[in-house]
Amino acid sequence: MTKTIEEINEKIKAGKAVVVTAEEVIDLVKQKGTKRAAQEVDVVTTGTFGPMCSSGAYFNIGHSKPRIKLGGGRVYLNDVQAYAAFAAIDIYIGANALPDDDPRNRVYPGEFNYGGGHVIEELVAGKDIGLVATAYGTDCYPRKRLETWINIKDLNEAVLFNIRNAYQNYNVAVNLSDRTIYTYMGMLKPNLGNANYSSAGQLSPLLNDPYYKTIGIGTKIFLGGGTGFIAWQGTQHNPNVPRSENGVPKRGAGALAVIGDLKQMSPRWLVGTSMLGYGCNIAVGIGVPIPILSEEILKYTSVTDNDILAPVVDYSRAYPQMESDILAEVSYAQLKSGKVVIQGKEVPTASLSSYPRAVEIATVLKEWILSGKFWLTQPVSPLPGIESGITFKPLNERPIEE
Amino acid sequence: MAVSRRIVLHFPRRLVDRPIVYRLIRDYDLEFNILKASVTPDEEGLMVLELKGKQEDYDKGIKYLTKAGVRIQSLSRNVIRNEERCTHCGACITVCPTGAFELEPLTRRVKFYNEKCLACGLCIKACPPRAMELHF
Repeated sequence: MTKTIEEINEKIKAGKAVVVTAEEVIDLVKQKGTKRAAQEVDVVTTGTFGPMCSSGAYFNIGHSKPRIKLGGGRVYLNDVQAYAAFAAIDIYIGANALPDDDPRNRVYPGEFNYGGGHVIEELVAGKDIGLVATAYGTDCYPRKRLETWINIKDLNEAVLFNIRNAYQNYNVAVNLSDRTIYTYMGMLKPNLGNANYSSAGQLSPLLNDPYYKTIGIGTKIFLGGGTGFIAWQGTQHNPNVPRSENGVPKRGAGALAVIGDLKQMSPRWLVGTSMLGYGCNIAVGIGVPIPILSEEILKYTSVTDNDILAPVVDYSRAYPQMESDILAEVSYAQLKSGKVVIQGKEVPTASLSSYPRAVEIATVLKEWILSGKFWLTQPVSPLPGIESGITFKPLNERPIEE
Repeated sequence: MAVSRRIVLHFPRRLVDRPIVYRLIRDYDLEFNILKASVTPDEEGLMVLELKGKQEDYDKGIKYLTKAGVRIQSLSRNVIRNEERCTHCGACITVCPTGAFELEPLTRRVKFYNEKCLACGLCIKACPPRAMELHF
């Protein structure tokens, strides 16, 4: 049994496509077996919602009168520094950006209540954002100072462009030391006091297509409540990690770079976040449709939390010191039970990504497809797979001697 | 009229070994729930109680406590969840010392049991979207 994306799109247009979420497909396969399920199902929708660090947005604010060249100058949005090194009026703000006067970790652990992620959330919510810029002035762009309110509806372009999102699997963070530590994986209590994880597991996009057989560059997706596209593989994309028999990576592996029109998006799916003692970030909602082109593809989408293993890593030493030690491998089913056993100790677990929101995204995407609002795209190029030989290299540090 | 209040009781040393709370309950017909207690012989004791009962019984009970020499403070801090901001990730669950957050196994939504909350505030800073708020 094989299908093409064109055939599936015809069925979507005719209102006859069968679409289920990556959670619903599990029971369907249990009832009917993979062969029948693959014949019946056309699309499986996935979803994930969690803090995704390498995220940001770019804007074109329109020319002031007289003109100002922001590139090479300094730009702040609600006191948070934006990146101004493009042409005159294009700026980019990263989710981790902070106001200059934020105390950071000088008062430890820093609270990081407002940063780039929050600016993006407020902009998407339609709130006015204060822009303050200084520039050096040229003959063609004479202005040196600009203070103005900006609003998303007035911007020429407002584009979310995240260079690494939707990680295919992730570490489970614990703390073996004797003091509380504050990490991007949350507050970790001493002596294995808790274990934090961050993945939608059986609903997560790349865990349902472990070898990137359907998800590729150009795939149309749910992004932040609007539609977006996969632009490239994410930074640190690493297909060559240990995998289970079912092909699912047992470590952080592939990742996606995604792009989409911020004006279509909603603050429900782009939420500014603060990690105590670490910094600011943004929680991003992403949903990827998987066309069921064959029985093999369907089999991948029926993966359950029992079949997905994640590595447990000590964030008091192994992680910061770049040591590769892994304390254990645990399944998402175990993690979601509320406790896991690590080094003989029962450790309570908590998640940083929201499973209920991931379910909601997969369901919304399913409804978009069923109502004919959203059709599938053929990737223009695949993501690099195992055969690419790509790995995630550490820095080759070569000290510069004066 | 029925009332339900949360109060902090400070017991001076001389009262620590006396059955104050027992008498409060027996004589004034109040329902109680101990939220926190730290009572060690020969030291000042502290107890956080939720008291429920008729207004007049409650007033009499408080009068009794004051007369006995217990210092009373109302627990005016209250932690509230901003339902709009909460994404139900669950980061709060292992941070809370009293287990006031629980995961609903089926929906994986996070339940917040305000009655278990001591208003310590740990969840406020640990919540990534800052959905937990302290109210006075």
